[in-house]
Amino acid sequence: MRLASVDAAALAVGLRPGMSLADARAQFGELVVIPHDPVLDHGWLDRLAQGCARYTPLVALDAPDGLILDIAGAVHLFGGEAGLVADVEHRIVRLGMTLRHALGPTADAARALARYQTRPAPDEGQAIRRLPVAALELETEATTALVRAGLKTIGDLAGRPMANIAARFGADAAMALRRLLGDAPSPLDPRVTPPPVVAERRFAEPLGSTAHATRILAELAAEAIGDLSKRGKGGRHFRATFFRSDGLARSIAIETGHPTRDVGLVMRLFAERMDSLADPLDPGFGFDMIRLAVPRLEALSTTQLKLEGGAVREAETDELVDRLTVRLGRRRVRRLRPADTHIPEQAQLELPAIEAPEPSPWQAAEPGEPPTRPFHLFDPPQPIEVIAEVPDGPPHQFRWRRQAHAVRRYEGPERIAAEWWRRRDNGGLTRDYYRVEDAQGRRFWLFRHGLYEEKDDPRWYIHGVFA
Amino acid sequence: MRESSPTLAGLRKRIARLTANGGFESRRTDGWLASGHARFDAAIGGGLAIGHTHEFFAADALDATSAAAFAALIALRSPGKAPLLWLRTTDAGKRTGHIYAPGIAELGGDPDRLLLVEAADPKMLLACANDAIRCAGSAAVIVESWGKFPLLDLTAGRRLALGARDAGTTLLMLRLNATPTPSVAETRWSVAAAPSRELEANAPGAPAFDLELLRWRGGPAGTRWRLDWNHDEHAFEDAALSGALLPLPARRAMASQGAAAA
Repeated sequence: MRLASVDAAALAVGLRPGMSLADARAQFGELVVIPHDPVLDHGWLDRLAQGCARYTPLVALDAPDGLILDIAGAVHLFGGEAGLVADVEHRIVRLGMTLRHALGPTADAARALARYQTRPAPDEGQAIRRLPVAALELETEATTALVRAGLKTIGDLAGRPMANIAARFGADAAMALRRLLGDAPSPLDPRVTPPPVVAERRFAEPLGSTAHATRILAELAAEAIGDLSKRGKGGRHFRATFFRSDGLARSIAIETGHPTRDVGLVMRLFAERMDSLADPLDPGFGFDMIRLAVPRLEALSTTQLKLEGGAVREAETDELVDRLTVRLGRRRVRRLRPADTHIPEQAQLELPAIEAPEPSPWQAAEPGEPPTRPFHLFDPPQPIEVIAEVPDGPPHQFRWRRQAHAVRRYEGPERIAAEWWRRRDNGGLTRDYYRVEDAQGRRFWLFRHGLYEEKDDPRWYIHGVFA
Repeated sequence: MRESSPTLAGLRKRIARLTANGGFESRRTDGWLASGHARFDAAIGGGLAIGHTHEFFAADALDATSAAAFAALIALRSPGKAPLLWLRTTDAGKRTGHIYAPGIAELGGDPDRLLLVEAADPKMLLACANDAIRCAGSAAVIVESWGKFPLLDLTAGRRLALGARDAGTTLLMLRLNATPTPSVAETRWSVAAAPSRELEANAPGAPAFDLELLRWRGGPAGTRWRLDWNHDEHAFEDAALSGALLPLPARRAMASQGAAAA
């Protein structure tokens, strides 16, 4: 038995990976040994990679013990490279791991720097040139040959003609060198989370017609839903991808408010979505593959049909919500939910109906009292010109949308203070609300923005209209 | 008389079938959206008939809220948890204001029943209305439009009305800032705000509505009503004071509009 890897403390007492266990025990009697399990290690690495998806969607595994993150375009979210590295370090070290990291212009360069850099260098280019030739990760003989030829660092090699290197040390050496220097592409193979249910069909001859493709999609939907019913789940999110023979792919996604296993419903929603596409699905030279993925599953509870047909009616409304959401977008089909604040414009949340939470109770009016909140609310409030008898008194007359209204009845003020505990500037100004009725019997909700102690010339606004 | 021609017999048979089906003009209804005010409901045959189209015109652009609230309250009065679908265009929030749930809750309505749909333009609004009206299980469908609605011609109106009849849903067309035009609606109303009953210290009272029945398929039109909304009883009731307090100019404006529509 041999040591597969050792920690920092073991390194310090002279143990090295590859030593036999008997030698290691002889050298250091209190050695703690844990059997090596490559599968578990890989699983752990995969979990770390999953966690690193917080930094960038492009995370690749560098088995057995490395991760490569493509951070192009994602750095500013963490306040620069240093901020991102600090965050990675903080999280990994908290997990009890030892971290070696490096940033590089290409994936291969970054990887070589992380694994082989021993001396600091002024910049990345210099650092790569100072790496030992072992960083090329060639066969042992090739590396030995390079060192024997007196070429100890990448910089030594980079100065020589590429053709000579290829002739003497093999094409692999030349290729590895070019990749490290960034002359040849070093593509990343990012880890992606595969959707739990996928059905796909490939065609020997590309499909030229969209109608035919839709029929195939219906078959795939039936297949995927068969898979779903085996798991006792329903799909909330379906994504069809049409791969064209010229390499382009087009994805179309639909969403439902409740998990479903209804092929007819799914196909109706897809048809709805395709009708509402700004640029229709174009087969071009034909589709050679169609894939239907179900990225989001949920347990599907079976509903029992009620005798009076209540469940059926609810299901009809749900289906309408799905259809309108697919056609108009999820923000256009909404339900209203209360929010815990007394600032009027924040007291209701308009949430997408497709995922609105369970209703919570609303505040009812006092018995015998007229409503204190309007039926229609203006957000933002609209400025009006007000004449009041005394500066901080109720409005006497006001002008809104170029029309004058004489106030006949009023009630107020209802004073609503700003939420000073939420905002840094003490929350802004206090509002004095008045319910007023004009000569024609229309009822409005007006407020003065700011008390006279707070502001010299507070402005008036109309915030809503009562029934 | 003997049937001389087979064509005539065929036509007779077809007419019989159409009447049996409950032709478009038939008065069959599954029930009513009642206001809770006995005389008002009795005068229009029980309330707003379910499965039909009803139009609410705001007497003035400023009466938009009164018209919307009247339609919403009469729909939300219906028992149960059935949703009230409210379709409007995206610019409606800026023009007439956002529908404000705390206000509806204080009126005694259940805002959880509201399902708001916002269409980008009148064309999309009409398409969505056609879908919404065919979905049984809603308390009512309110379609709110502003100004002229040229897309809603007689054909479009009849399509909506047929959809409502087949699914048994009620369509409440909310026409703001528009003048009444001929349509297939069962009833057509002009709604305006009315001065409320004064409370202590000259405070405005409960919501008050001034209604005029512009058209009713089942009987005479032209009746006017002054109703207050009582949120404790969850019903409309007589305005406490007589109409004498209604200022003259407002009355005249409404009368002229009503005459133009008829």
